[in-house]
Parts: sequence; C-alpha cells; structure tokens
Amino acid sequence: MKSSISDLIAAFNFKALLESLIAIVIGFLIGALVLLAFGYDPAVAYSALFGGALGSTNSIASTLAYSTPIMLTALTFAISARTGIFNIGAEGSFYFGAIAAVIFTNIWANMWFGLAMGILLGALWSLPAAFLKVYRGVHEVISTIMLNWIAWFFVFWLVVGPYANPNDPNKTIRIPESARLPLIGNTNLSIAFIIAIIMAVLSYYLLWHTVFGFGMRASGLNPRAARYGGVDPNKAIIWSFIIGGVMSGLGGAMKIMGEPPTYAISQGMANVYGFGFDGIGVALVGRNHPLGIIFAAIFFGMLRAGTALMQIEAQVPLEIIKVIQGIIVITIAVPGLYDLVKNVFKKG
Amino acid sequence: MDIGSIISIIVTSLMAMVPIVLTSVGAVWSERAGVVSIGYEGVLLMSAFFGAIVAELTGSGVMGLLGGIATGIVFGMLHGVLTVYLKGNHVIPGIGINLLALGVVPFGILAYWGTAGQHQVTVTLWSWQTKYGKISPMIPVTIAIAIITWWVLFKTPLGLRVRAVGENPEAADALGINVEKYRFWSTVYGHALAGLGGAYMSVAWLGVVQKAMSAGRGFIALANMVFSGWNPLVALIGGWLFGFFDALATWLAPLHIVPGQFILMLPYIMTLIIVAGIIGKARPPKWDGRPYKRE
Repeated sequence: MKSSISDLIAAFNFKALLESLIAIVIGFLIGALVLLAFGYDPAVAYSALFGGALGSTNSIASTLAYSTPIMLTALTFAISARTGIFNIGAEGSFYFGAIAAVIFTNIWANMWFGLAMGILLGALWSLPAAFLKVYRGVHEVISTIMLNWIAWFFVFWLVVGPYANPNDPNKTIRIPESARLPLIGNTNLSIAFIIAIIMAVLSYYLLWHTVFGFGMRASGLNPRAARYGGVDPNKAIIWSFIIGGVMSGLGGAMKIMGEPPTYAISQGMANVYGFGFDGIGVALVGRNHPLGIIFAAIFFGMLRAGTALMQIEAQVPLEIIKVIQGIIVITIAVPGLYDLVKNVFKKG
Repeated sequence: MDIGSIISIIVTSLMAMVPIVLTSVGAVWSERAGVVSIGYEGVLLMSAFFGAIVAELTGSGVMGLLGGIATGIVFGMLHGVLTVYLKGNHVIPGIGINLLALGVVPFGILAYWGTAGQHQVTVTLWSWQTKYGKISPMIPVTIAIAIITWWVLFKTPLGLRVRAVGENPEAADALGINVEKYRFWSTVYGHALAGLGGAYMSVAWLGVVQKAMSAGRGFIALANMVFSGWNPLVALIGGWLFGFFDALATWLAPLHIVPGQFILMLPYIMTLIIVAGIIGKARPPKWDGRPYKRE
C-alpha cells in the first residue's frame, strides 16, 4: 500500500496539474470577455455560477450528480487515450446504456439487472469501432463519430416508438420504483456518484497496477516496442474499447436509473445528449488520469450545476459554460503551457 | 420514380455536396502538407454562425461567405500555431475547437438574435429557383475549387513543395523549403475552405443557423478525404456521392416506408461501409500528423 501511494503521487504529475489550473483560469478570463462583449456582467454571472454550484447542500448534491455521468465518459476517453486511441464513441454507448436501463428494468425490475444490461449494450456498441480499427485500419475518430449518429437515430426511434410512454409520449416509460438507484441522505444525489468514483479507482488500479493495464499503456506509448515485449497491441486496443463501452454504458444506465424525478429518457433525448463530448473535456483536464478525472468531473459538474442560478440572477445562457470548457481544452492543447506561462511571468 | 424526382434528387445532391467537398478538399491539402485536423466539424458550425452574422450586417450573401472564410482562417491559424510552430498533438486542438463550437453557436444564437436553438437568416446568397429545387452558384464554384486545387497540388512547383513537406520534410528542408511556413499556410487554406462550406450552409443552402446544423459533415468530409486517397478530384466525386445519400434520405423521408430515423442514419452507415471497404489500399502522406523538428 505504501508503494502504491508514492506511485500515485509520481503518476499524478505536478506540472500537469498546474497546467490544468492555468487552462481553467484562462478559460474563465476569455469567458468573461465573451460575456462582456454580449453585454453581461461577468462578476455577477460567475458569482451566481459558484453560488449555484456550492451554496447549499442541495447545490453540492447537484454538482456531484452532474459530475457522475461525465466522470464515466471521461474514463472511456482516458483508458483509450492511454492505449493510444482517440475514442470519441462514449456518446453512442451512453445512449445505449440509457435505453437498455429503460428496456430491461421493465422486463425484470431489478437494479443490478438494469446496470448489467446497460454495461452490456454499452460494451457491445463499442465493438464495431474496435474491429474496424484493428482489422480494417479505419481511424477511430471517423468510425466512432459515425456510430454516435447511428446510435442517436436508433435510440431516438426506440424512445419515440416502441418505448414511448403512452401517457406522456415525449418521454419513455419510467424505471420501475424497485429498480431505481437509492438516494444518499435527503438529497437528489444517488449512489451512482459513489459507483462512478469506484470505477475511477478501479481504472487507476487496472492501468497502473496490473500486467494487463501495463500492456495497454505500453502499446499506447509504443506499439512496436510493446509487441517485442510480448504484448499484442491489437488485443489491447480491442479491450480498451470494450472497457470504455462498459464505463459509458454504465454511465447512461445510471443517468436514467438514478435521476429523480424523471427516471425516464426525456423529450428529444435532452437528458442523455452531450455527456460523451463533455467527458472528453473532463478527461483532458484530468490529464487522462483516473484520479485527475475525479476532480475534473466535479469541477465540470460544478459549472453545470451553477448554470441554473446564473440564468436566473444574471440572465446568462447556460451555453457559456461550454464556451469556457472549449477554451480550456484548446488551452490544454498548447504544448509546454507551464513553461510558456512561467516565461511570461518572468519577463513581466 | 419519375424523371422529375430523379432530377430533383440530383439537384439536392449537388447542393448537399458543397460543404463536404469544400471541407474534404481543404483537408486533403492540409494533410498533403502533413497537418491533421479533426476540428472541421466545429469550423463548419462556427462559420455558419459568423457567416450569417456578417451577411445580415452587410446585407450581402457574398460578404457572408467571406465572413465564413475569415472564421476558418482564424481557426486554421490557431491550429497551425499549435501543431506546426509549437509541435503539439494534431488531434487535441480539434477536439477543443469542436467543443468550443458546441458552446459558441447556441450561446451566440441566444445572445445575438435572442432566439433559442435556431435563427432564420434574413440575407441569403442569390440562387436560381427551379421547379426541382434551388441551384446555388456555389455548385460550379465548388467544382472549380476542387479542380484548381488538384491542378495546383499535382501540376505546379508550389504543389510539389506542399506534398514534399508532408511526405519527407527532412528532404524538403535540405532543399531549402521552409517546412513550417508551407505547413502553416496549408492548414490555414484547409480550414478556410471549411469556413466557406460552413457559411454556404447558413447563407446559401439552408437559410438557417441551427445549433447542430453541421450534423457530422466535418467528419464525413474526413472520411471522404480518406476515400479519395488524398486526391481533390476523387474527393469531388466522393463528396457528390455523400451528397447523394443526403439527398436520398431527404427524398425518402416523407414516403414513410421505414421509420424516419432509419433513413436519417443512411449517410452515416454508408460512410462507415465505404471507409471500411476502402482502407488498407489508402495510404496517407508519410509525415501526416507528425510534427517536424529540425535536427
């Protein structure tokens, strides 16, 4: 245990952490300029944003609830990224996890069955891109984006067709009460959050403390060298897709099974859309490290939870947080950001 | 199916071809010089937005298209600085640009026009109204851009140098070619064409700005680029093929033979099948996506 803690500190690169913080600051600064340009007051907007995210027990619960799905989709991206793959397919597996929860809990109203089927469908949906990559050499960015769109239309058909709620046709039928995830205390936060944290810790253990995970990281760093070392990079790639699908499928299932008061996929699939893409941002801010991802997801969850109050108090459209997230990711793409900022401060 | 519907499908497919061909041709040029970008999706979306704003401010559709090109240039320069001069990863900036677009466009529609999710563009580019649908002058312009880009890339010294920096930058450098300069401006050209395609969508073709109007076209264009074997002329034909699936879906949808969602999937399924069938034979430029550092 002692050695694993020192490993943990070593793996959690201090410079990378600082770079993420710098990117976040720059994201907020540019976001403030955008707000000013459109005639909003950034100070009012940001204070409402943080008040809404952290001001009360309920808002903290809401922050953690928003962080849950993106923590899991971020793991999808990060595990693949460590294996040298840009897996943008979390979005599609997330839809399938969500619809699986709706379908199968209405066959057998059992929570574990619902979660298991969400995981299964999420993992199955990750396979086409994995096989296209390994056997046909199709770049995963192209295949996963196409599969996301196909998943969107297919699940949309299920939502408005066979699984539409006869009493409220814009939504799906609901998760039966006995299959819903228990809530923590008197809040709207379900145990999904705890399960997501456990999955992040398991991912860390898998990647840094098992031979299997070592093989995955080795083929991500240098596939040729990994092959010399007895690791089959193709196998590592396929498994990274499957584990990624597991995470997103679970995320989708828990989004529906643990989200009061709806417990159904809502109109236009609005409550399942976009979590895969947000997860990519979370993974990059968390530097593709499962433990970094826990904090990055809570940070992104905070932004999302704060938008409700920001819209009321400052009338700022909630999409401003997506602008800020985009700028943060672009800033993180600046190589040697830390040294760059250090030099600027030295000169100044 | 009568002759009239065949003609209208062809007209629609030519209209739908424009953004895909322009983006593919731009991506071909940029990757021939060795710079990969997956940010075209976001560039299409943001230039549809900014192009519409410029068109409405100036009262001119042509100015709107130029606004789209300017948007593309800005993001091309950003991508070029990060990948060519700072030697960063070629994929991550594109992820950032795409995420940014998902924020900027819905935020902008709400903050600028005060409507949620969608805005009807009031100033559009002139087009020829026929009984088979409208025909935009951007169709021949797009065909010309594809042919000229092919000609410059394969038949002129400039094109040879561009291909050299993507294929073998060390040799190009030894011959005195400024690798970074060629790569940077190639990236800018690629994104500028995508910007033109994006503005075309709002200002000339659909006449609306919508928060998800690029609908994966930036990635379909990348698939088409691979399909073309990094050749602008083949990308023109491939782009028309993808436009055809788009048009076919539009034509089939009101017939209710199968649920609409299955028809809307068609372009994406065909993209996957075509890309899966073609790859293996397709060979990207040798230094595609790799930063070049002088020894």
